[in-house]
Amino acid sequence: MKTTLTGIAPSRRAVLTGMGAGLIAGSAGLVRPVWAQAAPLKLGFQLHATGIGASYGRWYQRTADAALKKINEAGGIGGRPVEIVYEDDGTDPARGAEVVDKLNSQHGCDLIFGTLFSHVVMGSAPRAGELKVPYLVCSEGYHVASGALNRWTLQPGITDVRSQISSMAPWVAGNLGKKVTMFFPDYAFGYDHRDFFTKAIEAQGGQVVAQIAIPPTETSYTRYFAQIPAETEVLYHVMVGPGVLTFVKELGEFYGSGAKPQLFGFIDSLEAVDTATPGLEFLEGSHFWEAHPRVKPADAGAAEGDYRAAVGVDDNGASVADAKDVATYSHMFSAWETLHFIKQTVEASGYAGVADRQKLVEAMEAVTDLPYGIERPQGAKVFNGKTHQAFGSQNISKVEGGKLVKVHTTTIDEGKYDDGVDYTTMSF
Amino acid sequence: MSFGPFLLLALMEGLVSAAVLALMASGLSLVFGVMRVVNVAHGAFFMTGAVLAWFVAGHVPGPPVVGWLVALIIVPPLVGLLAAAVDVLVLKRLEYEPEAVIVATIGLLYILEQVALLSFGPDARPVAAPFSLRLQLPWFGYSGYKLFVVAAAGAVLLAVWLVMTRTRFGLVMRATQVDRVTARAFGINVDRVYAGTFGLGAALAAVAAVLVVPTTQVHYLMGGDPLLLSFITVIIGGLGSLRGTLVAALIIGLSDGVISMFWAPTLSKIIATLLVALVLVFRPQGLFGAKA
Repeated sequence: MKTTLTGIAPSRRAVLTGMGAGLIAGSAGLVRPVWAQAAPLKLGFQLHATGIGASYGRWYQRTADAALKKINEAGGIGGRPVEIVYEDDGTDPARGAEVVDKLNSQHGCDLIFGTLFSHVVMGSAPRAGELKVPYLVCSEGYHVASGALNRWTLQPGITDVRSQISSMAPWVAGNLGKKVTMFFPDYAFGYDHRDFFTKAIEAQGGQVVAQIAIPPTETSYTRYFAQIPAETEVLYHVMVGPGVLTFVKELGEFYGSGAKPQLFGFIDSLEAVDTATPGLEFLEGSHFWEAHPRVKPADAGAAEGDYRAAVGVDDNGASVADAKDVATYSHMFSAWETLHFIKQTVEASGYAGVADRQKLVEAMEAVTDLPYGIERPQGAKVFNGKTHQAFGSQNISKVEGGKLVKVHTTTIDEGKYDDGVDYTTMSF
Repeated sequence: MSFGPFLLLALMEGLVSAAVLALMASGLSLVFGVMRVVNVAHGAFFMTGAVLAWFVAGHVPGPPVVGWLVALIIVPPLVGLLAAAVDVLVLKRLEYEPEAVIVATIGLLYILEQVALLSFGPDARPVAAPFSLRLQLPWFGYSGYKLFVVAAAGAVLLAVWLVMTRTRFGLVMRATQVDRVTARAFGINVDRVYAGTFGLGAALAAVAAVLVVPTTQVHYLMGGDPLLLSFITVIIGGLGSLRGTLVAALIIGLSDGVISMFWAPTLSKIIATLLVALVLVFRPQGLFGAKA
């Protein structure tokens, strides 16, 4: 299990001094504010370094490191330097809960953030609630805003699936077709897609003609294509997992150059995958949802270039060091934005140590407007303190010449829905 | 799609998975038959073969078919050598104690996976198919390469059978399988037979990997499912019986294709697992296994 400290590389002397100071502080039984201010703010990062989320984890770590560097160079948070403690959860829910424990109790982190995969969030959030440690997830799942979690779990750096889908459905119905066949992974994240898209397209006068669930470990897809009804106008596909290239390749073999439905996919299928990969030619002309356009759009905001430079991503969405190393660009911004959200709220609440955790969560719940800027390169957001969820704009891109070209951006309001919960009425 | 083409597609898909499964499982079965040990790292050897195939195919200039052929020629022996080395350095020292071998091969599984993660990385990567023939049937299109996989797997299995029944090496292996003490008394170098068998088993997994990567992607966790299915196949077919393995692979592959298309993929997994339970209860030696 790998533990990495970045941001500040402590010398041995610094570590020994720190341990000595810790001993004295511990034996004194209290941490005096004057010491706490000098000590670094320790943030735990629950990282998918191994397991099925490893492609994402690598980029989340790079992005968080870049944000950390920027924040520390500008004087840290509330005048304190910041450290991130990375702990691998193996993209495994059971391990996730242990990681929350370890970051909190062993490393003494002030809060925990960075979790992406929804099953790990579901496995870890209850433990974070028991330990009363703020837990800021970057996972897109609707589980935060649905009320399934607790007062200590928030999602300020990325929009949720329900919001993404409801803002996509009108465009799909208006531009691609109204009879939709859905391919989705056979677990919670996929069911969110199934349920909310089916409702959202019906609201547009459309219809889901077939719902095809794919087991998460599937490696061959041709057998499912036979279930696509002939009347289908749009194939909606969202799948997270290493099988996606095969899915597209086999779809190409199945339909060939003959008549075929329009394709609309979620970029989750192709994160960290080069859209110009041989075998993906079938995607040419199809559309994708993107949170943050991978290929820099012509009308990109002022912060876009600076953000790409900071995280080491070129204008095509690949690493500047290796053009074959494609970023998980539509997700990784959440690590960056969440860290800036932490900075903003730690400073606003006057947070000094773990005793102030409740105050910190209250300060987070009080946030409403999150304007565009280098702190939020994906776009402006609105935070709903009651549902603990951020809302933002979404993008639709079209594959042209093997590249994703942005063709449409939604407004923030298009992704809003009625509150499903009011966490602020729950006890801490 | 009407019933006929639907069934045809299900059978074609089932046949492809049966062919790959037969190759994988025959390696596992061979190792168990001769050495009486369970190789939990079998799926990891499959994955290693795929990663090496990706590496070789990416470093050989020329059209995809050249890189793929080179991979097919050099990757299985490489993986076989690696496995033989593991046999000599680890398994032999454990004196082939069944429980110890299971633990050791679990360790090997983790080592191979983590080495792949550190060197190859976490992303899924494709290997170009040696040829991109697409068969257009009246109802749907199908990959010509997949049908080639079936034929190639059949040829490899035939070769394994010929080696086992017609060559001196096969004779020696079968002799060791029947009674290793007597075999040793007749001057057979049992250590070498074991190393060769373990290497051959892993090499078969690597052949399956090189055949299958152009239709799927290389990923460092790709060995898990094939390992599980191989175990199911080998248990149903009878440990150590090549014929049983082949029949079981066909049963599982075809039923998986048909059941998962007409009903649900999860149901086919449930039925396969149920079949294992039934076989273990009513015919513990497997369909074709000899009584222990």
